[in-house]
Amino acid sequence: MIRFTLRPASAVLCSLALMCVGAAQAGQSAAGDKSVYAELGKAPAKAAARQNPLEPDPDAVAAGAKLFTAHCAECHGADADGGKKGPSLRATEVQQATPGTLFWLLTNGVVRKGMPVWSRLPEPQRWQLVSYLKSLEHSAHGSAQNSN
Amino acid sequence: MNSPIEISSPQYYQRILTWSPFTLRGGLLPVVLCLAAITFFPQRTRAQESPYFVTYDHYLEEPGSLEVEYFSNFATQRAGQDFHSYWLEFEYGATAWWTTELYLDGQTTFGDSTIFTGFRLENRLRLLKREHVVNPVLYVEYEQISEADKIMKEIEGHDVEADHGVPNAILRQGHNHELELKLLLSSTHNGWNFALNPLATKPLTGGDPWEFGYALGVSRPLALKASAKRCSFCRENFVAGVEMYGGLGDRPSFGLSETSHYVAPVVAWNLPSSWTLRLSPGFGLNDNSHKFLLRWGISREFSGFGATVASWFGGHR
Repeated sequence: MIRFTLRPASAVLCSLALMCVGAAQAGQSAAGDKSVYAELGKAPAKAAARQNPLEPDPDAVAAGAKLFTAHCAECHGADADGGKKGPSLRATEVQQATPGTLFWLLTNGVVRKGMPVWSRLPEPQRWQLVSYLKSLEHSAHGSAQNSN
Repeated sequence: MNSPIEISSPQYYQRILTWSPFTLRGGLLPVVLCLAAITFFPQRTRAQESPYFVTYDHYLEEPGSLEVEYFSNFATQRAGQDFHSYWLEFEYGATAWWTTELYLDGQTTFGDSTIFTGFRLENRLRLLKREHVVNPVLYVEYEQISEADKIMKEIEGHDVEADHGVPNAILRQGHNHELELKLLLSSTHNGWNFALNPLATKPLTGGDPWEFGYALGVSRPLALKASAKRCSFCRENFVAGVEMYGGLGDRPSFGLSETSHYVAPVVAWNLPSSWTLRLSPGFGLNDNSHKFLLRWGISREFSGFGATVASWFGGHR
């Protein structure tokens, strides 16, 4: 009979090996990948047509900025200009997307390309994030740079 | 061996009040590891962690992030010594659809001894690429633990309170090498999370049969909208709920006979500094269950861990 035995040191090594594989996987990120923006086009029409219920809320942008710093800046950059792992959110494709489309993408993520689902954030918080994203001005760090 | 102390006696409460994990040999390890992690990985992010101790929802660790978690489980024991078990958990987001974890388990049985009881390697794989009404995640875990392991991370088969009443010197002579499979089913609607985790465990040695169990939970943040200012005590930082878990027998005797079950309110406090605190008093639901459990945990998420490690080996940070 085969007896499975792993000593604690072996377990730690196995785990570190798994983490190294994971780190390599994480390196294959969506940064600079123009096809990531194409995900926006996959939002169902009904989802894309949804209006932001917090649009009139004067605090929504500030709350969204706080949430962005907490959850999104690590990958997309502190100014949403894009980072090593995530594309710029000031790009034309993002800024021209409807609020419903951005909400849909936040909810579903782009799991195969490294963006996790964010449905763990309650709906109002996702709409606050959308309010913040839509408040960003289109900058020179937009899609033109990312597509290069 | 010391004689058991009555739950109602003053010595019992004095024992709880004077106990501290940091005075125990086994309790120093998490402190050292946490300090090392804070030193080497100072980047911060704030996690929105679930309050569950046993139940899993379908949310995985963010890619490249490492979460270091320390959990405690104090349990009363009839016909034996109360105990305090604990585990250290390293949870790493390999990708957006794969999270891998290492557990290191230990326990202190009062009036007996403090021992390391084994390790677990866990992987969670998200099966669907988009959100659905019910979201399945496959959970695969390998355990190499001694029979003295008392963390009660899951209740399976015919696990009962009496299993933990045996002295450590005897329990630690038995070893379990197990493969544990779970299907994590989870749904989030209007801020409410509902999760159901059926589980099956197969001992890899000895020819013991498959054992079964379950965990289910429901939770919700105390507020759904975020406040505009950074705050520690805002209601949105607190997530509360309840979970229930227990065994369902084994293959020859599937069912509720000779099984134990628990119900436990849970609460998590997600601090802006990326620390999370969890607390859960648990209550046994039948005579086979421990009468009372008190679980608590502290965790911290380190974003950019994968990139930092990669940079040590010449990769881009």
